[in-house]
Amino acid sequence: MENTSQANPAARLTPALSIAFDKRGKDWYIDKLVQVLVFLGGISAIIFIIGIFIFIAREGMGFLTEGFSFKEFFTSSNWRPTSATKETYGILALVAGTASVTGLAMLVAIPFSLGAAIFIAEFASGKTREFLKISVELLAAIPSVVWGFIGLAIMNPLIIKIFHVPVGLNVLNAGIILGLMAAPIMTSIAEDALKAVPDRYREAAEAMGATRWQVIYKVVLPAAKNGLLGAVLLGVGRGFGETMAVLMATGHSINIPTSVFDSVRALTATIAAELGETAMGSRHYEALFTIGIFLFVITFIINMTADFIVRGIRKG
Amino acid sequence: MFTASDLNRRNQRVQKLVQLLLGGMTLTLMLPVAVIMIMLVYKGGPAISFEFLFTTPTNGMTAGGIFPALLGTICLVVVALIASVPLGVAAAIYLSEYAPDNGFTRAINLAIINLAGVPSIVHALFGVGAFVIFFQFGTSILAASLTLAIMTLPVVIVATQESLQAVPMAFREACWNMGATRWQTIRRVVLPNAITGILTGVILEVSRTAGETAPIMFTGAAFFLPLLPQSVFDQTMALSLHLFVVSTQVPDMPEHLPYGVALVLICLVLMMNSLSIALRMYLRGKKKW
Repeated sequence: MENTSQANPAARLTPALSIAFDKRGKDWYIDKLVQVLVFLGGISAIIFIIGIFIFIAREGMGFLTEGFSFKEFFTSSNWRPTSATKETYGILALVAGTASVTGLAMLVAIPFSLGAAIFIAEFASGKTREFLKISVELLAAIPSVVWGFIGLAIMNPLIIKIFHVPVGLNVLNAGIILGLMAAPIMTSIAEDALKAVPDRYREAAEAMGATRWQVIYKVVLPAAKNGLLGAVLLGVGRGFGETMAVLMATGHSINIPTSVFDSVRALTATIAAELGETAMGSRHYEALFTIGIFLFVITFIINMTADFIVRGIRKG
Repeated sequence: MFTASDLNRRNQRVQKLVQLLLGGMTLTLMLPVAVIMIMLVYKGGPAISFEFLFTTPTNGMTAGGIFPALLGTICLVVVALIASVPLGVAAAIYLSEYAPDNGFTRAINLAIINLAGVPSIVHALFGVGAFVIFFQFGTSILAASLTLAIMTLPVVIVATQESLQAVPMAFREACWNMGATRWQTIRRVVLPNAITGILTGVILEVSRTAGETAPIMFTGAAFFLPLLPQSVFDQTMALSLHLFVVSTQVPDMPEHLPYGVALVLICLVLMMNSLSIALRMYLRGKKKW
């Protein structure tokens, strides 16, 4: 007894105080309980991301284990899951559809969103800047099904009229829609990257007599290079995974496109259009989940790469 | 003494030109959307009436209103919020107040980034595999809402984390010095100072949840239902899916109807976003530290 009170400095105070210090009362237990609860909240993100993979793999596994032909799946352009004679599951044409639409979208979105980001971050000031930032934020909020509807109801007749083509639902339509969708997100991430460049870099260059544009071109852009690349990559990921807009604006017909006026079909749209019509556990159903695994893995890689590139500069 | 040389003048001209070009690009980005909005209002405006908002679709959805879809979207959003807000706020409290700076915390942050980046249709497949089949909720509001909740979780986490971190460290230290536990500090000092910021995140999540289509297509939203949902285990109509259905799946659709649905959906979403932005600006103006 004597020893413990020696070791515990609190016990050398008055007995009442020592009890108060040692007490593991209600508050102490509540504190520990909350710590456990918020920790569970914290790991939930990890649990969900693993859960997503497990549950999709669980449904799609049957397709991969029974007579799965790697060669057919990735190199055949015949996606005929409901064929009466011989079902074929080749996603090449779907990959080509997704790639062509995303590629065109990036052609539209990258220059415009980087241009807009530079303008908002470096040239605009005060009320103009605030207004542009809010506009970009609101643009990013428009739901994808509304974009799809715009492609269907507004862009479609417009393309037919301007280019004299029979169908306006094609790579061009979906590419422009997807570009407009991805641009605001890329703009705001790119703007953050530009804002992250310390002001003293700009001041140093301006003190040397450089114009605002020379400062941007020679100092700010090289310094923000990685952040901008990250923004572009996240835009690519967004375009790649977009579903409703490409379902409604591409024309949804299986093609390896040779021009921007060809209708195509995207990976995501195929799942959205066909899952409702398949019987649970059928080979077609499992094939759609296998496409889901493929999409998950690709976007996972894109997101990780983007994060890695962006973090690269923060450390360096 | 300091007269501009030819080189100076040239540089100034380039500068002007670039500024004009970039400004033009920014406008080009906004202009089509402005035009589209005007067209939506112009073509969809006449369709919207009290009757349109509060009656059920009739005549194979080619006439009547959108009430079941509107109500369904509200149900989906409410159930999704009940699931995701406590979880998201807990995750944000952990990351901002407890998490040590180590590899595990970094893994959580990477998981959040990935959760936000996974395609919506993959979330839909997860919802089917997990909630509809494995947990046997069937295609129901519950399954659809949980899918939406997981999908929009990063929105709440990121917004809450930002507003928690905006509370100065000195506030916490002062509270700890008074002998308060970590939780007492969070509960009495940190959360009250961050609550408006959290609210902006929640409103943003409402907007995201209301607009999503792909994740609810196979988990609980139906093309058309004659009856309103009675419990969370029923299917429901939803505004976003309704827009998809009336614009692609129904023949002989009068032109104004899909425009009307699109207009209602976009107004709902943009109103929520504007509210969130307004709240954020009010908060910034009020901030004393």
